[in-house]
Amino acid sequence: MEYFLNEQQKTLKSLARRIAEERILPVRAELDEREEFPWGIMKDLAEADIFRIFIPEEYEGLGGGCFELCLAVEELSRVCSGVAVSYAASALGSFPLLEYGTEEQKQKYLPDIASGKRLAAFALTEPTAGSDASAIKTTAERVKGGYVINGTKQFITNGGEAEIYTVIALTDKARGARGASAFLVEKDTPGFSFGKKEKKMGIRASSTRELVFRNCLVPEENIIGKEGMGFIVTLRLLDRSRPGIGAQAVGLAQGALEAAVDYARKRIQFGHPIISLPVVQNMLADMATNVEAARALTYAVARTIDSGAKKFTEEAAMAKVFASDTAMKVATDAVQIFGGVGYMRDYPIEKMMRDAKITQIYEGSNEVLRSTIAFELRKRKARRE
Amino acid sequence: MNIVVCLKQVPGTTKVNIDPQTNTLVRQGIKNIVNPFDTYALEEGVRIKERYEGKVTAISMGPPQAEEALREVISTGADEAILLSDSAFAGADTLATSHTLARAINKLKQYDIIICGRQTIDGDTGQVGPELAEMLGIPFVAYVSKIEEIDNGYMRVKRMVEDGHEVIETPLPTVITVVKEINVPRLPSLRGLAKARSAVIPIWTAQELGVDKNMVGLSGSATRVIRVFFPQRVHHGEILQGDLESQANSLIDKLREAKIISGS
Repeated sequence: MEYFLNEQQKTLKSLARRIAEERILPVRAELDEREEFPWGIMKDLAEADIFRIFIPEEYEGLGGGCFELCLAVEELSRVCSGVAVSYAASALGSFPLLEYGTEEQKQKYLPDIASGKRLAAFALTEPTAGSDASAIKTTAERVKGGYVINGTKQFITNGGEAEIYTVIALTDKARGARGASAFLVEKDTPGFSFGKKEKKMGIRASSTRELVFRNCLVPEENIIGKEGMGFIVTLRLLDRSRPGIGAQAVGLAQGALEAAVDYARKRIQFGHPIISLPVVQNMLADMATNVEAARALTYAVARTIDSGAKKFTEEAAMAKVFASDTAMKVATDAVQIFGGVGYMRDYPIEKMMRDAKITQIYEGSNEVLRSTIAFELRKRKARRE
Repeated sequence: MNIVVCLKQVPGTTKVNIDPQTNTLVRQGIKNIVNPFDTYALEEGVRIKERYEGKVTAISMGPPQAEEALREVISTGADEAILLSDSAFAGADTLATSHTLARAINKLKQYDIIICGRQTIDGDTGQVGPELAEMLGIPFVAYVSKIEEIDNGYMRVKRMVEDGHEVIETPLPTVITVVKEINVPRLPSLRGLAKARSAVIPIWTAQELGVDKNMVGLSGSATRVIRVFFPQRVHHGEILQGDLESQANSLIDKLREAKIISGS
């Protein structure tokens, strides 16, 4: 399909693919097996300027947007979405700063994120607050010169590895969701430590960890936006980042599809390659059609965002839901085509199936996002748009 | 620190044809790559620059299409690139090549370290590095696997020899050839690729280098290729029969016969 990429986007896509094939492919099984954070690959991505693509030029970035991020994430995920998400989480952690940060904050943090010298992360989820983000309990108490943060964040991607964290905490418990604020917290701030490192089903190369705040004092200038804006920052951030999860899912599904086609051409049963069986052809045709549809939707939403659209909650949710459901289905069918060997850990295909599941769960579960889409539909009808 | 990296564009395949007239490689219509050993030389040059500051200049002698190779090395960290290209340079052997490269390096005037790959994958002679040092009248260290330190006009390097390593200290300027163990070459960067696209790569001709035409190209070459052929594959495999002891004895006899082992 022709997606009309410009020269820079084509260069980015081919370089990301080269990194994925030359640097990630040889180590992906080992990273998965050992649940090891891919620092070597983060360094390769940094040297190749891949962290610069989502940062504006004035902060040493290359001035790309959501679409460029999607292209990179897709190519990396085609080979390993565990590595891809470690990269993408740094973008997630820096988006609040990009959109709501002060000039001083941007100057201080963005160049290091652009060069890949420091990774970023975003911390919202807590043991009692998953889909119901307003149930967070972490507090940030105003004191002279700053805020004192107390509480525990859970399932934080890049936890322990990132150096710059965007943390959502309540500055006014009485106001509920309207009482939350966003803060920049640097690793090594006294009172900030890391808890349990999770053992996951998939995306095992990525780090998922608890963040523990005990009387952690952050300076006043580290608040992002104003007090009480925490959930506005969060909702905007997630609308902007969801196409990235779509791209992760598209890349993963593409990788699984290619592996399945390759295997079906080589696997001989009843004297013929199994790709000559109509039942396998039907599966592959549906897989390919859905992957392309998911890609088209994801790209269209990312470009809508980059065009400066004001509101894209519904579209972003659609891209994430459709692409992640596609990834799960395609990866499962790919395992089916591989048959017995597909179930074995000697082949990469079972890893893709394990890696696919999380895309339906994180950054808004698909159930919550479907209700978001339905809510927007209902609202629009009520407004007679 | 002024670092010069010499590199060559070579065929990216072993399936090449030989011109029956000149007995040299037919380079038209095949995909070319930067000689893999030279990519280690470039990477090491870029690392020295990152560690000690300075400038990396890449030089290549070749036909106009060798410009692609120079653009590629700009995308992986070279600051500048110069192509030495002239019909008078065609058909050069290692002696004429080294002469041409030496003239170009002299023209640059400022150089501290000159890095070459240990050999090319097409000619495979490994002679250009040492010849270049000879012509420039400066020291030479072959098969460098690590640059330990550069300080105060000296450089300490580790080189690979057959039965281990040697550590050598040499004054600068100096020429070194590097082995693949020295580093892992980086991939291009997005900014490097953008720079490579727009870079202006000067072409220095025989006239600009002020070379004597009898010293370059085919006429400056001390060697002539008489014939190029693929060695005949001879299979001499033999399966020894009998029990283990008689097999071992007959193997020993054969090794003795072939003078691979001695004694009784």
